[in-house]
Amino acid sequence: MDYIRAFIVGGLICVIGQLLMDGTKLTPAHVLVAFVTSGVILTAIGVYEPIVNIGGAGATVPLPGFGYSLAKGVFKAVNEDGLIGVFTGGMQATAGGVSAAIFFGYIMSLIFNPKSKS
Amino acid sequence: MAVKKIGKQTVRLKNPPSIISTYSIVGPKEGDGPLKEYFDFILQDDLCGQKTWEKCESKILEDAIKMAIKNAQLSEKKVEYVLAGDLLNQIISSSFAVRNLGIPYFGLYGACSTMAESLSLGSMLIDGGYADYLVCATSSHFCTAERQFRFPLELGNQRPPTSQWTVTGAGAAVLSSNGLGPYITHVTTGKVVDAGIKDVNNMGAAMAPAAADTIIQHFKDTGYRIDDYDLIITGDLGIIGKEIAEEFITKAGYDISKIFTDCGIEIFDNERQDTHAGGSGCGCSASVFCGYIYKLLKDKTLNRVLLISTGALHSTTSSQQGESIPGIAHAVTISNTKE
Amino acid sequence: MNKINPKEYNEYVQKKIPKPTFLKNSLWAFFIGGIICTFGQFIINFYKNMGLDKDGVSAATAITLVFLGAFFTGLGWYDKLGKRAGAGSIVPITGFANSIVSPAMEFKREGFIFGVAARMFTVAGPVLVYGYGSSVIVGLIYYLVKK
Repeated sequence: MDYIRAFIVGGLICVIGQLLMDGTKLTPAHVLVAFVTSGVILTAIGVYEPIVNIGGAGATVPLPGFGYSLAKGVFKAVNEDGLIGVFTGGMQATAGGVSAAIFFGYIMSLIFNPKSKS
Repeated sequence: MAVKKIGKQTVRLKNPPSIISTYSIVGPKEGDGPLKEYFDFILQDDLCGQKTWEKCESKILEDAIKMAIKNAQLSEKKVEYVLAGDLLNQIISSSFAVRNLGIPYFGLYGACSTMAESLSLGSMLIDGGYADYLVCATSSHFCTAERQFRFPLELGNQRPPTSQWTVTGAGAAVLSSNGLGPYITHVTTGKVVDAGIKDVNNMGAAMAPAAADTIIQHFKDTGYRIDDYDLIITGDLGIIGKEIAEEFITKAGYDISKIFTDCGIEIFDNERQDTHAGGSGCGCSASVFCGYIYKLLKDKTLNRVLLISTGALHSTTSSQQGESIPGIAHAVTISNTKE
Repeated sequence: MNKINPKEYNEYVQKKIPKPTFLKNSLWAFFIGGIICTFGQFIINFYKNMGLDKDGVSAATAITLVFLGAFFTGLGWYDKLGKRAGAGSIVPITGFANSIVSPAMEFKREGFIFGVAARMFTVAGPVLVYGYGSSVIVGLIYYLVKK
């Protein structure tokens, strides 16, 4: 059951992104920035948590889920460490994914060469 | 007294130079298109044995120039000028291509209008008596243009329906003060026309007003009628740009629809090859002219052609700063007779 | 030719532009996006069953998906997927990995400092700037409200 929910919620979030790109002049970079930022804000005002509870990976794998982790992390860190947590929380919660992206990104660029499109 | 000038923007050459040979090289995708039988050489892959795409672009331009000279049965020593250009920053493809040739060189930038620009200036140099032999050449490469103007190749983005596909290709033409034709008889130099288009994925619409402006001015200046031409072909307006230009020209009272087409439309099969609005780039009009049109002129299938290369004169900086895209179009008349 | 009014011309051009195939694009985005997320759920469940705690699961899942996105980009498959799927493969975290690996590979020939390392963040950089930036703002507000 959680697979079906993840499929539907994840699919719908991607459709919103697609409609933004097709309907406006937004580039993929704009959409990614908008999604991460809105993930942070929606989590902060308590809207995104219920979506995560329903959708599971469908809500955490798309980029608003990155924003969700950031906001959750910063709240947790503020609760534990106070003001310093404002600055450490986001990075701590997302360190794994971002470090992995940098590391694997570098490795892949060593191994592979870009191919022309046909 | 500018005795060769007619009308506002056109020059009628007194001693029309002859295009004595051409050579065209295209990439594998272009070599799979509708014009594949006409190109002189088709690359097996987009790197052609070079380390970078930039080197590859330079190499095909150099090869095109050398082969065109060879086909004209000239030695490189006899060639007095090379006029060349491309799309890359500081036109490195052209300058690097000629650095081993030892021929005096004018580097030109007119974006994708450079082929007609080089033919214009080259024919004026010869007509003026400044040279007997020179080469006009341009190139573009899908991968070098893509990384300079758009996105990395492996980025999983979608291309909008108005976007065009930069042609991987180079073309070179040898002009001579004597020869049996075809001749360049008229040169109409375009003005920069900015219609306020800002969408870098819709170059055709940005360049169409410039193309229409130059074509209309050409007919006004020369007094030619539509029937005097067998073919009027723009450089890389694509489907949308061509349609707009045609409407503008028709509105001005010149119904060219029967003989009007675009190199960017001819070079690809848009449906099968998924090239959206068509081909673009300096190499588009260069390879189509040097490969396809020149051969049709040679075998007299066509007798008088108006080639209008079209360019979008923006940079990535200007676009990011919100500037609109100015367009330009240069036209040359190529005819089997000196008239 | 008469002077062109940019506003009128833009409106005229708009009418000439073929509309993107909204329905087809959206269906593709839904389907591929959905599949990637379902696969993400599978990975989450896998790490849960391995006994990782909640934070561990989400970090491990992110790392795994990022690796796969990076790997398929390297193989040259991700851009082919993206051509069809659009946002379906851009919006998931695998697309974030794609946005890092693709410029890194592309600019390898410009060297490993100003090429690979600097260009890596052409798309991902803004995402991190606005992501972390907004998290600090949200955290600051939360801190002040809580006090």
